[in-house]
Amino acid sequence: MKCRVCREPAIIDVPRHNANFCAPHFLDMCRKQVRKAIDDFEMLQPDDRILIAVSGGKDSLAIWDMLIDLGYQADGLYIGLGIGEYSDVSGQYARAFATERGLHLVEISLRDDYGYDVPTATRATRRVPCSACGMSKRHLFDKAALDGGYTVLVTGHNLDDEAAVLYGNTLRWELPYLARQLPTLPARNGFPKKVKPLVRLSERETAAWCIVRGIDYLVDECPMAAGNRHLGFKDALNTIETQSPGTKTAFYLNFVEKVAPLLSAFALGDDVVLAPCNRCGAPTTGDICAFCHLVETASAHEPVPVELVTGKGARRR
Amino acid sequence: MKVLLRNPRRELDIAGPRRVHALLNDLQLNRESHLVIRNGTLVASDEELGADDIVEIRPVISGGAL
Repeated sequence: MKCRVCREPAIIDVPRHNANFCAPHFLDMCRKQVRKAIDDFEMLQPDDRILIAVSGGKDSLAIWDMLIDLGYQADGLYIGLGIGEYSDVSGQYARAFATERGLHLVEISLRDDYGYDVPTATRATRRVPCSACGMSKRHLFDKAALDGGYTVLVTGHNLDDEAAVLYGNTLRWELPYLARQLPTLPARNGFPKKVKPLVRLSERETAAWCIVRGIDYLVDECPMAAGNRHLGFKDALNTIETQSPGTKTAFYLNFVEKVAPLLSAFALGDDVVLAPCNRCGAPTTGDICAFCHLVETASAHEPVPVELVTGKGARRR
Repeated sequence: MKVLLRNPRRELDIAGPRRVHALLNDLQLNRESHLVIRNGTLVASDEELGADDIVEIRPVISGGAL
């Protein structure tokens, strides 16, 4: 296989573009896709103060690297979720990336700062692990962005993430969620502006970016996410993509262009009155926000090791 | 060739030479959700892997709370 641009030997084939690339031209392709997403969806301005949600995985480290490479200034935010060795190692990757490049990484620990961790919250709330984890991260990302005076919060959601969420919401015709599944969410009602600059890159491509750029990242999957519905949607879409390259791109980007504008009237929360949470000040529909309820419930529970909420341990409870 | 797989981590001995796409097919792995690395370098799907190569097949799918 030859690179489409220079005819040198290719290191990667990208079927959705019907193209193969050498390392330098693969990186160029990724930069162009991110640049196009930023411009098309009005994500970032040159003088923005950017906070990137960093997990230590491929997507968040790739987008941090790309934004610095494109000339933006961006700090990272890492949340220690307390998921045993997985969290210990993910934090090491995030810190090493920041230290080696002289970048600033803000850190929050659920256990040290809020008195709980994700395994304990999972047991205390008796809900699926990703529920407490996602709620904690969304709340703390928003809070850190606003408290730190950042003008925009960047997350590493890629094309596969967005296509899988779209697939799940479409199967159930979740109109309010569909209406808000956009690559840029403007600041509103006490929430910061949020953007997803990787929506034009697949996760195979973000992983390849890390390998070509020599970025060490946590490859292993979160032990609490194994077998979840979201991964099943990705698997289904990749089966289709293999037969028909470009399907994920068309599914998501055509939705954003052609369908999302028709659904704006269904957007969740646009007609809901929000007031500050009595405890933390975050916008909420009740007196106490969902995160503060979670903290109250989970921090009162005896700490639960991750092994007890995954695999065989989970079935013994 | 030695082939390192993840999730769970394991190592297989597979007869070579073998092209990358054929190796993925043999192992019933989707090309959309894996990259193949030889000596720290990505290899494209038509590349031939030798009998003495050490190869990592790296999954690229992640999915937790969004």
